[in-house]
Amino acid sequence: MANVASTTASAGTEVTARALREAVFAGLITLGLFVLFVGLETDQNIRNELVLRQRWGLLAVFVAVATVGRFLIVAYVQPWLAQRKAARVAAPDIAKRESFFSRNFAKIAIVALVLYPPVILALVGVQGSLKWVDNFGIQILIYVMLAWGLNIVVGLAGLLDLGYVAFYAVGAYSYALLSSYFGLSFWVLLPIAGILAALWGVILGFPVLRLRGDYLAIVTLAFGEIIRLVLINWTEVTKGTFGVSGIAKATLFGIKFDASKDGFAALFGLPMSSAYYKIFLFYLILALALLTAFVTIRLRRMPIGRAWEALREDEIACRSLGINTTMTKLTAFATGAMFGGIAGSFFAVRQGFVSPESFVFLESAVILAIVVLGGMGSLTGIAIAAVVMVGGTEILRELTFLKVIFGPTFTPELYRMLIFGLAMVVVMVWKPRGFVGSREPTAFLHERKAISGSFTKEGHG
Amino acid sequence: MALETTTMTNDPILKVEHLSMRFGGLMAINDFSFEAARGEITALIGPNGAGKTTVFNCITGFYKPTMGMITMRQRSGGEFLLERLPDFEIAKRAKVARTFQNIRMFSGLTVLENLLVAQHNKLMLASGFTILGLLGFPAYRQASKESIEVAKHWLEMASLIDRADDPAGDLPYGAQRRLEIARAMCTGPELLCLDEPAAGLNPRESLALNDLLQTIRGETGTSILLIEHDMSVVMEISDHVVVLEYGQKISDGNPDYVKNDPKVIAAYLGVEDEEVEEVIEEIEEIESEQGGMTQ
Repeated sequence: MANVASTTASAGTEVTARALREAVFAGLITLGLFVLFVGLETDQNIRNELVLRQRWGLLAVFVAVATVGRFLIVAYVQPWLAQRKAARVAAPDIAKRESFFSRNFAKIAIVALVLYPPVILALVGVQGSLKWVDNFGIQILIYVMLAWGLNIVVGLAGLLDLGYVAFYAVGAYSYALLSSYFGLSFWVLLPIAGILAALWGVILGFPVLRLRGDYLAIVTLAFGEIIRLVLINWTEVTKGTFGVSGIAKATLFGIKFDASKDGFAALFGLPMSSAYYKIFLFYLILALALLTAFVTIRLRRMPIGRAWEALREDEIACRSLGINTTMTKLTAFATGAMFGGIAGSFFAVRQGFVSPESFVFLESAVILAIVVLGGMGSLTGIAIAAVVMVGGTEILRELTFLKVIFGPTFTPELYRMLIFGLAMVVVMVWKPRGFVGSREPTAFLHERKAISGSFTKEGHG
Repeated sequence: MALETTTMTNDPILKVEHLSMRFGGLMAINDFSFEAARGEITALIGPNGAGKTTVFNCITGFYKPTMGMITMRQRSGGEFLLERLPDFEIAKRAKVARTFQNIRMFSGLTVLENLLVAQHNKLMLASGFTILGLLGFPAYRQASKESIEVAKHWLEMASLIDRADDPAGDLPYGAQRRLEIARAMCTGPELLCLDEPAAGLNPRESLALNDLLQTIRGETGTSILLIEHDMSVVMEISDHVVVLEYGQKISDGNPDYVKNDPKVIAAYLGVEDEEVEEVIEEIEEIESEQGGMTQ
């Protein structure tokens, strides 16, 4: 017994010694790395001369964080992880009973979303709610819908589409132009925008879908740029880089959200505020996103949905079973594009202004990143990824305490892409198949078993 | 020309005439003709690289032949020129199903889903090309139930019913082979083309495969065309054997005839004893000549 105790004690001191040693090393490396980047800052003074400012305090913070962090990791986190791993090996996984929360996650999430605007109104008041409903709620839900739309193309059919934002743009401009030139209402143009985007999906699809993998990705990327350049250069119609402004707002059964006598606020005896319109838009995009999810879930149980997934797994086997792969790919493209177009027309009505600026490649990349991070094919995973990614970047604006640490000129939004990239790397290392890597079968004989991500393929064309 | 006349059946399901396939300068198949009789198991054998899989790919539309005609005659009398149909139409309309030498499963789909994908065209019609199904019309629900029954039947035949809800990629090799056959059968074919179904199977599994193929033929009357290396399978179950070497037919007949055909023995099963001696003599001659030259 004494022997065991002494060995654990000596192991403890050994770990502490190693942790101290590695902490010092980490501190030295950090000092070496950051002394020129952080310790010295080049700046211009009033006479446009280059001056060096010394920031030894900030450098000290960096070094201290690295040293203390390394010490904590080696001394505490690593032994704890090793212990947990050993415990897991020792106790083979007992049949896990899913908790009430994880079983009913979708229902709870929908109820929470429906209750979200009233709760926010009650908590922060009518004017305070604008930021939370618009910047967080609507912004995130637009990306959820876009990512769910792209999920049909990338996650189910396995076709890598880097130009998805093109369909978003088609939808947005369809609404902007048709409403300002012909005065059509939002509710008429919503389906039309979807159909036009689907049409463009088919037009792109026909020549492109004989390509596979990387080649398909590059051509879709080019298509996204072509649409954007057309929008910039076709100035007679689209007004080029100035964009289309003054786009008509949506109405609720003919009730306008304005200060007029029969506007929404007056009709219900409420004080006039733009918050009501935002709340209306929140419910609208929530309904549209849920429609996307509903259709996706239904389609997966249809022969076409199964054919999409089969296509992702093995295209040649599909053809040997009599499936017209060209038509199958086209329908996937068109369906995905349609939801992109509907989201686009919503975007136009929400902003009241569209310009080609909003439809750059970065948007496609962000939407694709959300799909990949969430786990290709999984609606829940993608919704979580959208909340983390879009909500995360929005929340950066709120982190004013960072200004205290990094100085008053520090603007956290500028580090958005850095953090975005870092988060992607971390998630991909931690969960290579995304947040939800497993796949739900669409039919079963005896029992519904989730399929591990290690069996599903990502698709190659 | 004696070869041509050995087996001329009066009701061929598949007629391959003067089939040639050229890849650049390589003549993979050269003027190859044969017939597969309805309701029979026809085996296509030959040494490695003889062009067997190429013939299969031509029949199932994955290659377009350089020359020749492939006629499929259905029970109902419908005739299809397979060299003119795109690959998916061959499975859909001409009712020719196939399996692959290196198994092609939908590994991330369950075993059951694999069989449902195979019934795509039937279900597509029942769901009104998705639109009626999406709106929840009962016709699709009915068809969906029926398709599960069909899948269940073939799962029982392939003794995979216990693994119906497991991912196909999780099955052992032999079971994947059986699943691929069951999946092909779910398309409701009249001709089933199997590319080396017994490859990689142990003797017990190979025996079970023989039984499965016999049952398929017995129950559904499906004609079977198979490529095989395993002679025990070929001689046991096939009614008719066609031997291919360097893209040309060298023998055609029933298993006994083919087994004793000297050309087949020379090409496929090994060179006969006298010929071995001849070859050794030739080699010795060449060596002595070379020795003379160096001196």
